[in-house]
Amino acid sequence: MAKGRKALWIAWGVMSVAIGGYLGAGLVAESAAGSAWLGPARSLLLPGTTSHGHYQIELACESCHARPFGGKDGLQEACVRCHGAALKEADDKHPLAKFTDPRNADRLEKLDATLCVTCHVEHRPQITTAMGVTMPRDYCFHCHAEIAKDRPSHEGLAFDTCSSSGCHRYHDNRALYEDFLAKRLDQPQVLPEARLPGRDFRDVAAQVPGYPSQRYPVRPLREPDADAPPALRSKAGATREWLETAHASAGVNCSGCHRVERNDAPAWVERPDHGVCKGCHELETKGFLGGRHGMRLAEKLPPMTPARARLPMKPEAHDTAVDCTTCHAAHRFDTRRAAVEACLGCHRDQHSVAYEGSPHHRLWQAELAGAAPPGSGVSCASCHLPRVEHRMVDAGLKRVLVQHNQNDTLRPNDKMVRPVCLACHGLGFAFDSLADRALVERNFAGPPRAHVKSLEMVMERLRQIEEKRSRRQPRAAGR
Amino acid sequence: MTTKTAIAALAAAAGIACVPVAQAQVTYKEMADAMHAVMEADRTVYTRVIVNRLQEEKVIKASEHWKDDKALALPAQMFRYGAEMVAEKKMGFSYSLLSLWPVNKQNAAKTPAEKEGLEAIARDASKPFYKEETLGKTRYFTAIYADRAISPACINCHNAHKDSPRTDFKMGEAMGGVVVRIPMK
Repeated sequence: MAKGRKALWIAWGVMSVAIGGYLGAGLVAESAAGSAWLGPARSLLLPGTTSHGHYQIELACESCHARPFGGKDGLQEACVRCHGAALKEADDKHPLAKFTDPRNADRLEKLDATLCVTCHVEHRPQITTAMGVTMPRDYCFHCHAEIAKDRPSHEGLAFDTCSSSGCHRYHDNRALYEDFLAKRLDQPQVLPEARLPGRDFRDVAAQVPGYPSQRYPVRPLREPDADAPPALRSKAGATREWLETAHASAGVNCSGCHRVERNDAPAWVERPDHGVCKGCHELETKGFLGGRHGMRLAEKLPPMTPARARLPMKPEAHDTAVDCTTCHAAHRFDTRRAAVEACLGCHRDQHSVAYEGSPHHRLWQAELAGAAPPGSGVSCASCHLPRVEHRMVDAGLKRVLVQHNQNDTLRPNDKMVRPVCLACHGLGFAFDSLADRALVERNFAGPPRAHVKSLEMVMERLRQIEEKRSRRQPRAAGR
Repeated sequence: MTTKTAIAALAAAAGIACVPVAQAQVTYKEMADAMHAVMEADRTVYTRVIVNRLQEEKVIKASEHWKDDKALALPAQMFRYGAEMVAEKKMGFSYSLLSLWPVNKQNAAKTPAEKEGLEAIARDASKPFYKEETLGKTRYFTAIYADRAISPACINCHNAHKDSPRTDFKMGEAMGGVVVRIPMK
């Protein structure tokens, strides 16, 4: 062989090994997802664009593919790890228990509903529709083909409208079940008592398991109580800002956030991360890590930035890393700022841009100015990080929790009805407004132009039953 | 030891070995009957001691939508939640509450054995119904026991419920059946 040829072969060999090695390292190395130089290797190997729900962690292959050759069961474990608790909380109408019953064995042959991946396949953008569903829209047909027998009102309705018309959902029907509608048939558009709940953490903090009441008893602190090292105390007016916060008035001192255990010795951390907030705000942190802002942190990846986002974001916020203090600016921890300005500092989509000037925004401004009662204003957080009643079962305690996992009310948007809309609006109006996509884009400036027929159908069915019953037992005259 | 003693000892040992050791073998029927006895007892206690008593004392009501109504779960729901918890353990056997006149159509008889069994206990509520059936790829021993109306709360609710196909249930009547399924080896 000519020398030139030989050199080419060697060069080809070396390059192949190098490229193969690089891709292999990217695939196998645990830290590859967050690594700046191994990350692109993973990107190259990534099959198909990931869905809107998972794209942020798409390079952390192990989040879903935890066990090599784990198969469908391995994937199922991964789904349940992140989504299991929320589905249980939502009183999933198609839980696993329904399909492990042997009498439903024939249904499983048509559609294996014991596995999430049957209907929610990742990496297949060409067949992915709303909610990450990769099944043809009329999948309900497989088990509910005979529905017109039980519900004559459904005669002639197309099977691809079951879960897209605002009437039914496969998993979460908490705002949609018949008796729920039956009790709210005639509600006005705006309820007379239109108030969102207030927070109550201060009242229950001492009873929350794990709250460090020994070190930080719930009582107001003053400037002399600040326990930061003297050299740092005067830094950038931090102490002054801290004194104005709920932290200072509830007994949380500087060391509460800045003193961290490192290698079994206390160390002073200038910029603590969300791990520190977790000590007292465990549920909020858990919500944050489960939501769109914190899911990268949950998978041990570098934090989310607007640069990585698929939603339109403001260019000036390009590299803002999202952590607790991004929205809750330290040391102020101003929750009012976190409710609107923090959001609009990054988000630039139609709905966000339309917020300022919308009716909800006007209510919020009135509340802030003191011209309207507390709870009457509607901020971004009111809907997207709502205040929900939370039962701490182990502590025998109920409290108002700010749900930091925005997925809880995002898609499908009727998940927002119960924790948010119904506080101020009638059910029919809420359904119609959420079903009107153009109205959602305009941030609810104006009346809804869509109409969900479910309330009428319930009304009609109740009327028919009542008629049938009264025909069966005719009432005696004079009653 | 002399030869005679040795032979005697050997014979005695052989004789003892031949006595059949008490073997623990439970039949499918016995297992189903035992499980049903426990289920029935637990549910009856829940109905009488908790639901009826607290409703009578006007402490709290029982309601189908107990979470939203801040009420007690219905006895049928308590039964079902237990069955779901057992299903999660993936032990193979399952049980459910079915009826020829169900409030929720998903609880109507589906398999031929269920249809046959529910009709049998409707005719004679005192005799359980036993049958073997194959569902999917597994053979099951299926036992169906009459589920009687043991409290006025049972018949009052079902008779008034908008989704109930029958409005004339009477006390003591079999309103449906408990179906216990044990996979056969």
